[in-house]
Amino acid sequence: MDFLIAPLTVAAIAGGLAALISAVDKVVNNYGDVKIDINNGKKELEIKGGEALLSSLSSEGIYLPSACGGRGSCGACKCQIETDVGPVLPTEFPYLSDEERANNTRLACQVKIKKDLSIMIPEELFNVKQFTGSVLSIKNITHDIKEVLVDIGEETIEFTSGMYIQLIVPPYGKIKDYNQRAYSISSSPSNKNKIEMLIRLVPGGIATTWVHNFLKEGDKIELVGPFGEFQKQETDAAMICIAGGSGMAPFKSILYDMFEKGETDREVWYFFGARTLKDLFYLEEMRELETKWKNFHFIPALSEPQKEDGWSGETGLITDILDKYLKEKTSHIENKEGYLCGSPGMINACIEVFDSNGISEDKIYYDKFA
Amino acid sequence: MIPDIHPFTLFLASIFTSNILLANFLGMCSFISISKDMTSSNGLGMAVTGVLTLTSMINWVVLKYILIPLDLLYLRFIVFIVVIAATVQILEMLIDRLSPSLYIALGIFLPLITVNCAILGVTLFIEIRNYSFIQTASYAFGSGLGWWLAIMALSAIQKKIKNSPVPAGLEGPGITLVTIGFMAMAFIGFSGMLIVQ
Repeated sequence: MDFLIAPLTVAAIAGGLAALISAVDKVVNNYGDVKIDINNGKKELEIKGGEALLSSLSSEGIYLPSACGGRGSCGACKCQIETDVGPVLPTEFPYLSDEERANNTRLACQVKIKKDLSIMIPEELFNVKQFTGSVLSIKNITHDIKEVLVDIGEETIEFTSGMYIQLIVPPYGKIKDYNQRAYSISSSPSNKNKIEMLIRLVPGGIATTWVHNFLKEGDKIELVGPFGEFQKQETDAAMICIAGGSGMAPFKSILYDMFEKGETDREVWYFFGARTLKDLFYLEEMRELETKWKNFHFIPALSEPQKEDGWSGETGLITDILDKYLKEKTSHIENKEGYLCGSPGMINACIEVFDSNGISEDKIYYDKFA
Repeated sequence: MIPDIHPFTLFLASIFTSNILLANFLGMCSFISISKDMTSSNGLGMAVTGVLTLTSMINWVVLKYILIPLDLLYLRFIVFIVVIAATVQILEMLIDRLSPSLYIALGIFLPLITVNCAILGVTLFIEIRNYSFIQTASYAFGSGLGWWLAIMALSAIQKKIKNSPVPAGLEGPGITLVTIGFMAMAFIGFSGMLIVQ
């Protein structure tokens, strides 16, 4: 029986230590019930202390935006904490600006609840819900972009066009954790029990690979939202919109929303950049909108049209086309606003073009996908 | 047989002449990466000293009363690592509760210590050299202080180096390693005064 001594000893030591850790955890990490006051009495929660603020709030139905699921790698779950909870942790530091550090903004996923807290969150987050829906359809709209339509059944979603929603990706294949990724809602806000998203396949992307290769029609899907500040400004300035690839999504929602509400007096110029004809989509839909809405101008542009494309539209980089139109076609319009959705590179380049044409950065609104 | 060295001699020797970092080159990874910043160096030094002293004493007990009587010395690596990991975990929870300000000062360094080789190294030296419990405690505490001293010294030197013209090929870890070499020579220069090994 000698051979049993070694494994039993190791097991006893490890087991004993594990028991000790969990006993200490029970005693030490017991903070009792704590009260959380949100927005000066707007809502009060009574929850068990000891957990991270982000997960405690979401278990009570209050969802702060979070793309990484609480690992402290996205910096989205910012909220103002008025109670003193100690200095900013090194894990939060890089995500907070000097101004945010000064006004007690923290990352909710890094703050552990140890006592009664008083916090401030944006009012619209009370509208955020978790939706469980089923996939109604998945359409290939280009070789690498899928249009995913989700039916959320009895539930309804209230949002402003341009906002985004977080897709909860369950564990699949080699991915062992739940992940969350944000996608702009491409359906119109009038459609209250359906949510549409445009998802482009990113090689190696956790969520996009799941949607493209694993998700099927009829599958259950979970979404949290809506979030975001990217939306149409209520002014009468002409809207100069620029998008590339799946950056089409928020504009599709904004444009149909405006059209449905009859806001067709407003001038809208929509530039859409793609590489070749096979990357271009919704061409017919946009052309149709153009015929019904005389102040709407759709300008698709290809940067590298192929011979077989037979392309007769605008050719060149979207920034060059934008520059040309700002100088030649829209110079008569005095009041202009820029709306951008696409890669950080494209957005920065477009901001420069706007700037050189007299549209300052405070009149430019954008959603950067990193 | 227990070596005939006074615990206080051992304590001084482990800080200066046989410094765990500069004489044995253990615990290098965090030493090089953290020493860029003095506040972090101080936090890490404090954490290493505390964990080193505590885990070495626990491991001594485990060694003398479990591993040696049961003739399981060949399992020492795995058992020591498990003990170190668990101790760090418990210590972290206790500090978090009892002294939040210290917890915040130590930050992410406390859990990182689990994989610091100086901790395991000291335990293994204690085993090889057959120290008594008192000797173990003073040797481990001294080694921790020595590590703390060395990282503070290096981060102070690094602060100076930041404003000095370093040859292009030596910037970053290059000059740091050269600096550590000089520091090691300086520390070992005193070894004639205290001979413990």
